[in-house]
Amino acid sequence: MHWGRRGAAAADAPPLPRTAVELRDVTHAYGERTVLSDVTLTLTESRIGVIGANGSGKSTFARLLNGLVVPTAGTVLVDGLDTRTQVREVRRQVGFVFQDPDAQIVHPTVAEDVAFGPTNQGRPADEIARRVDEVLDRYGLDGHRDHPAHLLSGGQKQLLAIAGVLVMEPQRVVFDEPTTLLDLVNTRRVAEVIEGLRQDVVVVTHHLDLLARFDRVLVFEDGRLAADGSPAEAVPWYVARNA
Amino acid sequence: MLSLYAPGTSPVHRTRAGLKLAALAALGTGLFALPRIEVVAAALVGVLVAGLVVARLPARALWAQVRPVWLLLAALFGVHLLVTDALTGTVTVLRLLTLVLAAAVVTATTRVTALVAVVEWLLRPLEVVGVRPARVGLMVAMTLRFIPVVAERAARIREAQAARGASGMRLGLLVPLLIQVLQLASTLGEALDARGADDVPARRPRRA
Repeated sequence: MHWGRRGAAAADAPPLPRTAVELRDVTHAYGERTVLSDVTLTLTESRIGVIGANGSGKSTFARLLNGLVVPTAGTVLVDGLDTRTQVREVRRQVGFVFQDPDAQIVHPTVAEDVAFGPTNQGRPADEIARRVDEVLDRYGLDGHRDHPAHLLSGGQKQLLAIAGVLVMEPQRVVFDEPTTLLDLVNTRRVAEVIEGLRQDVVVVTHHLDLLARFDRVLVFEDGRLAADGSPAEAVPWYVARNA
Repeated sequence: MLSLYAPGTSPVHRTRAGLKLAALAALGTGLFALPRIEVVAAALVGVLVAGLVVARLPARALWAQVRPVWLLLAALFGVHLLVTDALTGTVTVLRLLTLVLAAAVVTATTRVTALVAVVEWLLRPLEVVGVRPARVGLMVAMTLRFIPVVAERAARIREAQAARGASGMRLGLLVPLLIQVLQLASTLGEALDARGADDVPARRPRRA
């Protein structure tokens, strides 16, 4: 598999302005079932990991960050923008990569799908073409530009999903279990891509080794923020808790 | 059309999608308006030259489109031998063969987005009654994208059922497939939101 110029464009580019995401007394329920309770925190670090058992509320937490889910109580602010009332602006700042790339690739071929986001943003066609070329090259997909998306490997599909978000140039990217469906080689590749991003990232994952060089790790348990600290503190706490 | 596009820079590839679709429609109309063997044969040769020589498409790409209808064409010719005559049967079969090949040449040399753009352009007059062409275009593109995805999921369910001893459970496939498709649709809806589909412009941006 060809990986292209790994992260070169990202490494050369100037850093993006940092984002601040603030959750104030956030609770979210699906009907009668409360999945997140009274979460208050501010995210300013560049690399934030989110871990927890299945059903602990971490995916709902991730979806709150770009307004895919709005809290039933409390407020989520992204650089002061309220996800409840300014969701379009929020989504321009916060990109979201889903666990299953098949569910987020919407166009039949690779280049067409990457162009989808910037087209929605109303960018001029020349700029869209330049951005698409750049991200396809950066993630080793330039040789697959006209290939049908359904014929890509699992790893290539996840890279395409990531490219489709990064081409929109968000300031923060939220990844919801981006490596769960991948083999070891592709997991490493996606981890490298995340590490090389100039954007701030929030990664929800069960792969604890991905978080070793992160700035902060949040642990969710039964819909509550159970631990919050550096990887050296939070990960062993979580492992001991689930031993 | 799901995966037929063959990248290239030939004059056929460079021709505007709208023009190719118009030519395809004109060819279909012409072949039915002039049901003569010399006209149909000339059209078939023209389509083959356009596909194989000008567009430089591999013969197997065109054959792949003819293969599924080959038996139908043979049966149609047989019926004509019984009820009309060999010449009428030949004209009928060659006419359909020409149209299948012409459609294959168009889809093999045109990106899906270009075809979708034509659909959007054709729908523009309906904007006055509230139709949003870009939305319809997105729907067409997503239909093409998700046919193989749903087919793959159906194959996985069939395998899982076979692995557990089930066989020939056509109806038994439907419920789990429906559940998976609904889950997929739910995540897809979120993904469309996350990628700004709510901001889909009324028209595609043009090159500066």
